[in-house]
Amino acid sequence: MFLFILISGCRQEPAGNGNQAVTAISDEPAYGDALVAGSIGEPSILIPMLAGDSASHDVAGLIFNGLVKYHTDLSVIGDLAESWDISADGLVITFHLRKGVKWFDGVEFTAEDIMFGYKTIIDEKTPTAYQEDYLQVEKAEVPDPHTFRVTYRKPFAPALTSWGSLVVLPKHLLEGRDITKTDFGRNPVGLGRYKLRNWTPGQEVILESNRDYFQGRPYIDRYIYRIIPDPATMFLELKAGGIDLMGLTPIQYTKQTDTRHFMENFRKFRYPVFAYTYLGFNLRHPFFKDKRVRQAIACAIDKKEIVDVVLFGLGKPATGPYVPDTWPYNPNVRTCGYDLGKAKELLNLAGWADRDGDGILEKDGSPFAFTILTNMGNSLRMNTATIIQRRLAKIGIKVDIRVLEWSTFINEFIDKRRFQAVILGWNIGLDPDQYDIWHSGKTKEKEFNFVGYNNPEVDELLEKGRRTFDMEERKKAYFRIQEILAEELPYIFLYVPDATPIIHVRFRGIKPSPIGISYNLERWYVPKALQRHAAMQP
Amino acid sequence: MISFLAKRLLEMIPTLLGITILSFLIIHLAPGKPTDVLTEMNPKITPEARERLEKYYGLDKPLYVQYGLWLKRIVKFDFGESFSTDRRPVIAKIWDTKQPLMDRRLFITIVINALSMLLIFLIAIPIGVFSATHQDSFADKVTTVTVFIGFAAPAFWLALLLMMLFGIQLGWLPISGLKSMDYDTLSFSGKVWDRAGHLILPVFISSFGGLAGLSRFMRGSMLEVIRQDYITAARAKGLREKEVVYRHALRNALLPIITLLGLAVPGLIGGSVIFENIFGIPGMGQLFYMSVMTRDYPLVMGILTIGAFLTLIGNLLADIGYMLADPRIRAK
Repeated sequence: MFLFILISGCRQEPAGNGNQAVTAISDEPAYGDALVAGSIGEPSILIPMLAGDSASHDVAGLIFNGLVKYHTDLSVIGDLAESWDISADGLVITFHLRKGVKWFDGVEFTAEDIMFGYKTIIDEKTPTAYQEDYLQVEKAEVPDPHTFRVTYRKPFAPALTSWGSLVVLPKHLLEGRDITKTDFGRNPVGLGRYKLRNWTPGQEVILESNRDYFQGRPYIDRYIYRIIPDPATMFLELKAGGIDLMGLTPIQYTKQTDTRHFMENFRKFRYPVFAYTYLGFNLRHPFFKDKRVRQAIACAIDKKEIVDVVLFGLGKPATGPYVPDTWPYNPNVRTCGYDLGKAKELLNLAGWADRDGDGILEKDGSPFAFTILTNMGNSLRMNTATIIQRRLAKIGIKVDIRVLEWSTFINEFIDKRRFQAVILGWNIGLDPDQYDIWHSGKTKEKEFNFVGYNNPEVDELLEKGRRTFDMEERKKAYFRIQEILAEELPYIFLYVPDATPIIHVRFRGIKPSPIGISYNLERWYVPKALQRHAAMQP
Repeated sequence: MISFLAKRLLEMIPTLLGITILSFLIIHLAPGKPTDVLTEMNPKITPEARERLEKYYGLDKPLYVQYGLWLKRIVKFDFGESFSTDRRPVIAKIWDTKQPLMDRRLFITIVINALSMLLIFLIAIPIGVFSATHQDSFADKVTTVTVFIGFAAPAFWLALLLMMLFGIQLGWLPISGLKSMDYDTLSFSGKVWDRAGHLILPVFISSFGGLAGLSRFMRGSMLEVIRQDYITAARAKGLREKEVVYRHALRNALLPIITLLGLAVPGLIGGSVIFENIFGIPGMGQLFYMSVMTRDYPLVMGILTIGAFLTLIGNLLADIGYMLADPRIRAK
């Protein structure tokens, strides 16, 4: 599931002076050493189609490859597939697979393995959450061992990238067995950059490099995934040298890693995450039915202030549901900016006025007071809510904040539509299709248009965008959607946060790109003189 | 004695049953489902797919049927399969026979708790005796304040401070985990030292908070005994103060402490949840926390049942210990 981990628009922080001194010794790529990454969660199962948590997908992503992947410029390129053809009507995709790729046990990878994976994921009995994209397939065929062809009922643009690692499984090992009952999920045989060597539950997952990897043997011999549930402990481990790589919080990035020790021993990176945080309105609520009220609230919120205060500047104000500087992002949408005068004017037009002089607006006798809900454990969202509360008080709107445990929040409030406004976030894939979030047909319980947005033009554009493979056509549709969303504001798009990983300075070959840093992990290396961990026992 | 034990064992059955019913109800009443990890906020999920997943886990059945099914398995000592995506048996998560003994979760938690209990008794009893024999002296007040600070200080905060001091400033002790990265390359004594080093901070943290209760209890119990007539008699006999205190008074003052031992088990298991998460120790507490967060019902129930069983066993052992120590109770 690369959708969830890939990241874009990299920027690299200058490393400390110590770094240059070290560079002078020798910078030759060399095999060896180990990279220790810290993780709050432990993987559960290393079969991508059965996994739900990000830790499982992170580790499984090192063990399995997909037919296609994203290039650093966000275009789709071949991975296990060398190339592919899409028929003129967009219904048939034919993948031409790379030859000579071997599973860890030496058996050759063929189109039959993809066929097996596809059949498994659409099987009734497989407990997977990802079969939806594959149910759109009308027919799958294997014309020869290195060709895989799928035919769709309707053209489906997100289809191409669905042929990632979710459906790559070794048929010769799993055929005729129930994958939920085998130990394959804890002892997988893949074909990727790393293979599982040892897994100590609750402590660590040790992966060793696949010397026969089809893109060349990775330089770093071992990738160790250390499980440390407490984020504060993890940061102390980083400081003490117990881990080499972790994601920092904004305050750790800007303040706590500002010391000489960190400048000399670590490198920090920074790039936008494919995600955004928003203030969503329940559009069925009488207050928020009126577009002018939503626009007024948008004018009263200073997004720049939220980014500066909550994220310590590590992010960008959002204007729509896409990440700035990616191809679906429309840079020219009209936003209000921070304009209190305009906010007051819009509220007046909508009939809201402070008639009794208590500082709170009224209309038809009811004061403008509402509650923002958000989930517990996310201090960024809580702080955002507090800033919005203060800003809205300035235009005479009283805001209460309620923070709820995640499951309660989703099951009792979001699913039952018992909210006035929420602060939440979406992780977005690299494909711009957001049918499930904005389409008016997706408002039933448990569906994702929970704000109840309904706009026939947007519905049509969403349909158009997912039914064509023509980039220009898609771009046009999504640009227009962003203009409409910016005008109608079912959400107020607040910010796109930055990912802020930190890594020990001895690792070289890291090339930041719009999709993050980990895409070329197999080309990272540690110069011989700087290697810290002894060679691996065979 | 035998009939007493048999009676106590039989009484444990309805108690255990009651505990499991309550636990089952509470965890199912909490909002959220084990399938949430796959379905929550995942735009790719359809209502049909959600139903299929719930059916797969048997969550479509009424609650009493689910409990019945669970109970049917549990009487055969089958804790069922975890609802997390790996579908491993619950028992394999708690007591993984594929791992060496020292890496099995239940073993880790029991060892740390036994060590901290030992430490609590070794420190708290002398403190209590000292406080009682030096009642209201300056030293008594200092120890009292110290143990109360330990009682009041939040464990997670103290743990982080100690990690910073010993792990980073001084570099004497490891910060988290159970063993070092190069553990496998160490000699036998190196391995022992490595393990011990990793245990120092967690054991200290988990016992520090327990000192106050036990030492105060010991002090009270000791004060009560010292005022008894037989102590006055012993003093009158001309025994040295040391002998009066340690031979005559202490033995009797220790009796109520045995009861505390049995009652301490649930508190220790609860404390494990906190310090195992802070120190990244793969024990039962950490497993329990993760299973509650993902609503992994069979695993939650498995751990609660084992915890309840251990608590009841602790109580029983306390009763037996009492009988062995106090002839008056044996006679009854």
